[in-house]
Amino acid sequence: MNVAEALPQRVLARWSSLAQEAAIAHGTLALRVAPERLVELASSLKLEFGFDLLLDVTGVDWPGRDPRFDVVYHFYSTRDFVRTRLKTRVPECEPAVDSLTALYNSARFAERECHDMFGIEFRGNADLRPILLYEGFVGHPLRKDYPKQREQPLVSYRK
Amino acid sequence: MSSETPLPNPIRPAFGPDERAGTTVVSIGPSHPATHGTVQIIAELSGERIVRADVHCGYLHRGFEKECESHTWSNLIPYVDRLNYCSALINDFAYCDAVERLMEIEITPRCRYLRTLLAEYSRIADHLTCTAAMLMELGAMTAFLYLVTLRDYLYEHLAALTGARVTYSFGRIGGLARDLPPGWLERLEEILRQLDVFVGRVHGLVDENRIFIDRMRDVGVLRSQEAIDWGYTGPVLRSTGVPRDLRKDTPYLAYAELDFEVPVGIKGDNYDRYYVRMREMDESVRMIRQIAERLPPGPISVEDRRCTLPEKQLVYTEIESLINHFKLISEGPQVPAGEIYAAHEGANGELGFYLVSTGGGVPHRVHVRAPSFVHVGGIHRLLEGYQLADLVPTFGSINMIGGECDR
Amino acid sequence: MSVEARTVQNRGAFEYLTTKKDEFVGWARKFSLFPYPFVTACCAMEFMSVSSTLYDTDRFGAALPRFSPRQSDLLMVVGTITHKQAPVLRRVYEQMCEPKWVIAFGVCATSGGFYQNYATLQGIDRIIPVDLYIPGCPPRPEMVIDGIMKLQDRIAHDSHPIIQGTF
Repeated sequence: MNVAEALPQRVLARWSSLAQEAAIAHGTLALRVAPERLVELASSLKLEFGFDLLLDVTGVDWPGRDPRFDVVYHFYSTRDFVRTRLKTRVPECEPAVDSLTALYNSARFAERECHDMFGIEFRGNADLRPILLYEGFVGHPLRKDYPKQREQPLVSYRK
Repeated sequence: MSSETPLPNPIRPAFGPDERAGTTVVSIGPSHPATHGTVQIIAELSGERIVRADVHCGYLHRGFEKECESHTWSNLIPYVDRLNYCSALINDFAYCDAVERLMEIEITPRCRYLRTLLAEYSRIADHLTCTAAMLMELGAMTAFLYLVTLRDYLYEHLAALTGARVTYSFGRIGGLARDLPPGWLERLEEILRQLDVFVGRVHGLVDENRIFIDRMRDVGVLRSQEAIDWGYTGPVLRSTGVPRDLRKDTPYLAYAELDFEVPVGIKGDNYDRYYVRMREMDESVRMIRQIAERLPPGPISVEDRRCTLPEKQLVYTEIESLINHFKLISEGPQVPAGEIYAAHEGANGELGFYLVSTGGGVPHRVHVRAPSFVHVGGIHRLLEGYQLADLVPTFGSINMIGGECDR
Repeated sequence: MSVEARTVQNRGAFEYLTTKKDEFVGWARKFSLFPYPFVTACCAMEFMSVSSTLYDTDRFGAALPRFSPRQSDLLMVVGTITHKQAPVLRRVYEQMCEPKWVIAFGVCATSGGFYQNYATLQGIDRIIPVDLYIPGCPPRPEMVIDGIMKLQDRIAHDSHPIIQGTF
């Protein structure tokens, strides 16, 4: 078994009992944990298993499901060339997770975008100002209940 | 003629103008030639030195991910093109590859090779644009004109194949839109020879130029550990000395069968980023020549009724093909439920597509991991401590593409 | 020749001269455009191509960009304008002095393009008046030059408020 297959197996062996869901699909290991264990798992991935690059933080909206939002993290190991996906679920009433900015600086902008688009709070990220949207924009556009064409113009139209 | 009420400020700066004595706060952009039109940098200056920089992107946020949720998987290809519009074909193929992996479709060998060739061709166009813009902003107008003229030859050549100059929509799920027209490969060789000549001239003008070295060496220095921590990939990471390239590390398409090097820099400054891009263009030319020699014959699109449109002749004569065609166009290819993250080596770094499907012709979620966005997240580290005039080449060397950064 | 006949003859000569003067002023004005390239998105690639050697706008006098609105008279809005960018565009337009013209370059600036969503301004003519629309995604450089030539025709036949008002 080469490194590309061995590393996910080691992560799986370490975490499958503590994760809510753990599977390898389309060549990538995906783990789902409770929001409280997120930072613990991310630290383990970084320090124990060598996933030194946090590629991306994003969200997925599943309206009608409780908890409603998936927060999805993608990690990459520049030493072993392996990717891992980490997921956690947060409810609509309290969409908050701990921020990973203490571990990875690349989380800063990605978490800001996720907050903009979904309204997910990242506790510990000091700067959650709108990044893709603008000041005064009400709502979170990537939620399924935000109508695609509802514009909130900043400049009043002519005539 | 002024408006009755003052115009609103779309952003909230991180620091105000009067926080510290002895410093001035200026807003550079968002309509500025050096910030490529869509980034605003609020810079606190102490004399000429930038003490703090607060970078604001998002001025070109066009709602790509929201659009994706109301179009079929194949109708998204024009939107995907316009992410990194300098190298549009790479986006097409990365997206199509992600959908194909989710559908477990294997593309034909000819398609694999042709996608590799066109991806490298697009990469050349992107590096030409980045280098040309950066050199022009430093004042080297001649280099800009050489490189943009060359890029125009590329555009016309790609227009002969795809029909469009800048944004092609050429990739299809399961293959490509059409095969090469006759004479295309001959013209390709002519253009590659022109490229060698023009790029050689630019090297001669700029590489050992005292002014260029003074402006670019040791400016905007990025250390390799810091680069990985801030999420940098692509030529920027390679310029710091880290030889990470998805084409070599986890080969996809036809890269495993090609012979090429991964150029790596030494200091991670602007000069190294410029030079890594110039060397990458040489490597891309090498790869294109190798592919052009051994392009396998065969069909361009895989014969799979789940994604490939049937031939028109069959559509007009057989009822099954008619229905297949109708369903593919109106409902889109049915992608099985699941999720995937697939990344290609874009011209700027790791371009990843995270797709979530609930089984159906319309995606549930499409997310782009845009390298430009991640790079802009860390760019204040490259600006702080340097002079205001250094902002221009540093920003240019990062190659922030607005469409990719803001999506 | 009688006095009346000579006056009619002289007035004819005078009108010939003023027509020629108007044409000359129009010719000078139309070939001295200072564009402000308000560049945002993919159309920038075609803007770069149209300004450079193969499709030169320098032949039409429209090559020298001025990156300050105070110094320019042709606002070329190249690429998509989002709602976040709209106040910036409006401010730049207001800072330009008369006479000024606006080109909507590309279909996103003309009508929002195929981005019919919450983020995109559906056409810049919702916030500033536009003189010329160049559709295309992105438009070919020949289309851009055709558009600039049409605008130049209009500029040439416009009357300059000071020169043609006084003389």
